[in-house]
Amino acid sequence: MEKQATRDAYGEALVELGHLHEEVVVLDADLSSSTKTAGFAKTFPERFFNAGIAEQNMIGMSAGLAAAGKTVFASSFAMFAAGRAFEQVRNSLAYANLNVKVCATHAGLTVGEDGGSHQAVEDIALMRAVPNMCVVVPADGPSTKAALFQLYERQGPAYLRLGRPAVPKIYDNKMDMVIGKGIELRTGNDAAIIACGIMVEKSLQAARLLAEEGIQVTVVDMHTIKPIDSGMIIHLAKTTGALLTAEEHSILGGLGSAVAEITAAECPVLVERLGINDKFGQSGAPDQLLEHYGLTVQEIINKIHLLLKKKKAIK
Amino acid sequence: MREINEQSLQLIAKKAVTIRKNIITMLGESGSGHTGGSMSAADIMACLYFWEMNIDASQPQAPGRDRFVLSKGHAAPVLYAALAEKGFFPVEDLMSLRKLGSPLQGHPDMRKLAGVEASTGSLGQGISWAVGMALAGKMDNAGYRVYTLLGDGELEEGMVWEAVMAAAHYRLDNLAAIVDNNGLQIDGRVQDVMDVRPIAAKFAAFNWAVIEIDGHQPEQIMTALEKSRSIKGQPTAIIAKTIKGKGCSFMEDKAEWHGTAPKKDEAERALEEIEAYAHAKGIC
Ligand SMILES: Cc1ncc(C[n+]2csc(CCOP(=O)(O)OP(=O)(O)O)c2C)c(N)n1
Ligand SMILES: [Mg+2]
Repeated sequence: MEKQATRDAYGEALVELGHLHEEVVVLDADLSSSTKTAGFAKTFPERFFNAGIAEQNMIGMSAGLAAAGKTVFASSFAMFAAGRAFEQVRNSLAYANLNVKVCATHAGLTVGEDGGSHQAVEDIALMRAVPNMCVVVPADGPSTKAALFQLYERQGPAYLRLGRPAVPKIYDNKMDMVIGKGIELRTGNDAAIIACGIMVEKSLQAARLLAEEGIQVTVVDMHTIKPIDSGMIIHLAKTTGALLTAEEHSILGGLGSAVAEITAAECPVLVERLGINDKFGQSGAPDQLLEHYGLTVQEIINKIHLLLKKKKAIK
Repeated sequence: MREINEQSLQLIAKKAVTIRKNIITMLGESGSGHTGGSMSAADIMACLYFWEMNIDASQPQAPGRDRFVLSKGHAAPVLYAALAEKGFFPVEDLMSLRKLGSPLQGHPDMRKLAGVEASTGSLGQGISWAVGMALAGKMDNAGYRVYTLLGDGELEEGMVWEAVMAAAHYRLDNLAAIVDNNGLQIDGRVQDVMDVRPIAAKFAAFNWAVIEIDGHQPEQIMTALEKSRSIKGQPTAIIAKTIKGKGCSFMEDKAEWHGTAPKKDEAERALEEIEAYAHAKGIC
């Protein structure tokens, strides 16, 4: 399977956007080689601004640029874009409903060796709680590019969550997606897995293995966490009666919470949430960490078994 | 041992060599981590841990101990090398750097490793910790001193200047901030990315006592630390001119070596250079 890091896809797509639209401006905070905005900086030096190691000021400057008519893409690591600059994102960008896309890389555990201080596992929760924010977590390179182009068309603030390591491509390069519409990648009636980011591909693997045992599960790429596709969630709740969410994020406040909030109100069914269990990350190789925190194909399978057992008990 | 003489200078030179060698060895083993900014701070750390600070590895929580906060937390290897040499843990443990389950996290974690006084890694925050510790020292009349090491790129964080303002406001003369002024950050030269100059004048404008030194001359580092003790009513900023990657010619003054660990052959070359230097200087 071909691999590409979502941050690499972002860097490439940003250059394309730059060629298409003159008012696109990019900011970074001394991490342009890691966030991959360096390509844009090289191609359009007059439209790139390095804020230095000053994420709060970067977001503040983005607000000013947007208020003056620019379409702004601002990047840093998720920890510093969503974390350090949270209040600037909230008050300068979202409260004023400005057209700034915060494109944060190195989200989640797969930051790896840098350790817990750099592994944002609560950024989806933070960004999702803010009014006006759109939150997108792409699963691979092609969908990252599609999301970026969609976000360009969509007025208002957004948070695009990207990762560090190369991840398998699950879509072809010409894939298209619609912000706010989940993508059903596989259909089965026993349960449904609603995943985002790197957990989508793992969910597909798990679904294939489950099918060998005779268990048929739906797999959805819920790339947009906000506004979430509640229609699809209610439909899946009704047809399967058992939902599993999977995300490289805390089980508190992320995709799992969003899904549970909707089902609780509209169609109460069993919802299991696979994610990081209210813990900080730590140093280690990305794959070791995913294993350690249980973000694996096997753990998805275990959780589906558990769900089906509970579902049977209810009946 | 607080005299500056042949003997103490010889000891510091020796410790700096050991620290540099251990930085290279552990990063060669881990395969990832921050080499340049660890090497630039080796002489400063040798002076702090083997001349200046009152700390005892057998009593890491002693209430009266001096405190060190690595505000530029990515330079964890230089802190770990100093702590190991000081006896906080066996030198072999350096080989576990950045590995799953290791107390030697990619960035210092005070809950995992004795001797680490503050969990840092997010730039700008360490100096605020140091201000808080110095405040507590004043409240308790404890007499200990607090030291913090900052990167020059780190000075771009607004929070640094909030802390600098507070330290002067509370007249924290038990606090010394050392700036590892190596002129580089990740995206290039500090003056090209976001110019923080003039550094000394900025600290002075915030009412700090300022001392400018060569951060690779132990005698100058020690003299500055000594002088800082005699300054009353003001915190001290020691602006130490350094070379990123110092001690290894192919790493020196190169932004590429900020967050890159040496490969096996590179580590071997680096160790040879450090040893050759020590030999030439009669440090053994
Ligand atoms: C708040 C925050 N933003 C960004 C980073 C990523 N980062 C790690 S080191 C570094 C550059 C630091 O440069 P400098 O302070 O000059 O350190 P040195 O040259 O001494 O290594 C950056 C941007 C971080 N650790 N924390
Ligand atoms: Mg520097």
